[in-house]
Amino acid sequence: MTFLNYVLSGISLGSIYAIIALGYTMVYGIAKMLNFAHGDVIMVGAYICFFAVARYSLPPLVGVLAAMAVCTVLGILVERLAYKPLRTAPSLAVLITAIGVSYFLQNGAQLLWTPNPKVFASVVGTGRLALFGGQLTVSYVTITTIVSCIVIMIALTWFTGNTKMGKAMRACSEDKAAAQLMGINVNSTISVTFAIGSALAAVAGVLLCSAYPTLVPTTGSMPGIKAFTAAVFGGIGSIPGAFLGGLLLGVIEIFAKAYISTQLSDAVVFAVLIVVLLVKPAGLLGKQVREKV
Amino acid sequence: MKHTARKMLTFVMALTLLVSLCSVFALADDGAFKVGGTGPLTGGAAIYGNAAMNGAQIAVDEINAEGGIQFELKYEDDSHDAEKAVNAYNALKDWGMQISLGSVTSAPANATSAENFADHIFALTPSASAPTVIDGKDNVFQMCFLDYPTQGGASAQYISSMGLAEKVGIIWKNDEDYSTGLRNSFVDKAAELDLEIVAESTFAAGNDTDFTVQLTEMQNAGADLVFLPMYYQPASLILSQAAAMGYEPKWFGVDGMDGILTMEGFDPALAEGVMLLTPFNADSDDPATVAFVEKYQQLYDEIPNQFAADAYDCIYAYKQALEAAEATPDMTAEELNDLMIEQFTTMTFDGLTGTGMTWDETGAVSKGAHGCVIENGAYVGLD
Repeated sequence: MTFLNYVLSGISLGSIYAIIALGYTMVYGIAKMLNFAHGDVIMVGAYICFFAVARYSLPPLVGVLAAMAVCTVLGILVERLAYKPLRTAPSLAVLITAIGVSYFLQNGAQLLWTPNPKVFASVVGTGRLALFGGQLTVSYVTITTIVSCIVIMIALTWFTGNTKMGKAMRACSEDKAAAQLMGINVNSTISVTFAIGSALAAVAGVLLCSAYPTLVPTTGSMPGIKAFTAAVFGGIGSIPGAFLGGLLLGVIEIFAKAYISTQLSDAVVFAVLIVVLLVKPAGLLGKQVREKV
Repeated sequence: MKHTARKMLTFVMALTLLVSLCSVFALADDGAFKVGGTGPLTGGAAIYGNAAMNGAQIAVDEINAEGGIQFELKYEDDSHDAEKAVNAYNALKDWGMQISLGSVTSAPANATSAENFADHIFALTPSASAPTVIDGKDNVFQMCFLDYPTQGGASAQYISSMGLAEKVGIIWKNDEDYSTGLRNSFVDKAAELDLEIVAESTFAAGNDTDFTVQLTEMQNAGADLVFLPMYYQPASLILSQAAAMGYEPKWFGVDGMDGILTMEGFDPALAEGVMLLTPFNADSDDPATVAFVEKYQQLYDEIPNQFAADAYDCIYAYKQALEAAEATPDMTAEELNDLMIEQFTTMTFDGLTGTGMTWDETGAVSKGAHGCVIENGAYVGLD
């Protein structure tokens, strides 16, 4: 039973990584850039939801929608102001800019909302589903997160496969110059990608803080890095890969803590990552999905 | 026309230069002691740096308003980073710092206290509690309650003498000096007292969101009291996850737990029954504390934590020492250094964080610890 409980804790942690990794991987898959500020957009989303619910006593659903709206605007703004002028610059310059944006958001949040931690009230309640007469429990947050992950995964796959904008995204992902020659507006396509990625970040932020309720301006940075790892693990650019990578990373982390050492758990997680990348350099699902979306 | 504009510009620049020169002179002889300190004003530990800065500023404003001795306070940001702290320290030295408040947190304080020692600039740190901060430096002193080797031991002593538990578990943060030091001294003292430690588990930065494994270990080992030597942020997560698991041991915290009740949105029921040893209690009836808390809330819109109170005490301790030594603001940092060493090793100081405080030659403070328990969302004295 303890073993199964650990599996469930691993899945709860992993589902959070997975939902963050979805946003990471989608932006990478299309814009071909690592948006290191993704974790901090998550934090902004969580703060917006926190203020809507705790300060203005709006219903949680309205809080989530407000967070999505604000993050979408923020994502488009960041893309316009920080990344668009660098469209033709070397990818290293964009990467460094993304790190700059990350610090900017963290420090901005600190100025606006102070560094004092806030406790986030879960949007789906703190209840738990009891299985086998209460020997195993799963929190509603975990169930919501997994369901959200699956819904987002299906929606993204459908969107990129069947809509005009989605096809434009795939075209940009394959070859920006050729896409432009075919009459696709590359700039607006990438803006839409960031808008969607940031809206996903808002959802991830709300779920992250529902599961682990302390909210500070640096809340998003470490889970962001872990989720990036998960995305690489699963094959960056691959949407099902992000989901699988996230879940596996969470389970491995909890197992490493439980059965190897709490002190070495991160080392074990990254050792596994290295082994996987040595065997499959494109990540777990990186090769099977030929179209990077 | 263009010519005139350039002339005007030259004139304005010359004037600016002159004014800035004047202000340098004005600063030099307005008769105030220049007190400098570094602390994390930004970044993850900013809550501590800002609290210390605000606390010290309140004390400076109060003392300056009285007339008599005058202080000028300047805080520089070190982002809880040793290298940045040395740069910040050098900036303060260029500014003309005569006495120092060291650094707020332990890692930067290790770096700046070495500079303080080399430059003969006296330092009294409000809250950097690592023993390495003062070790081997005759002019670096601490205000914080019990450097942590003592605090961990005192907690074990308290648990044992009050018969609070048979089986103790510990969850600590193994990449932080503060937490490791507390845990080590607790374990040493527990061995001495035959207090049985049944489980120990750790976490580290970046790995501090999910505690189910650590809590399961405690529960399986049958720990009836869990010692949490850490700051309140991870502690709040541990308490909420334990509640979700239905695990209800007694909790024993440390001074870093102070602040848990003031977190916005925190459910005080989770902290019900948490015990800790603390030097400063914002809910105390002591008139000086009440006045300080009121002023702090008015100015900064939050309840001061122990860092603010420690820094406030530092300024008042300086006032007492400078007055007793009949020091004047025109003395050099080195002259003040010798006077302050002499004063601090001989004086007794009463402040918000304790009465009858004394310092020994190593720079460690000795003041009493009070047992506190959280009941109905407030700290209640145990003894």
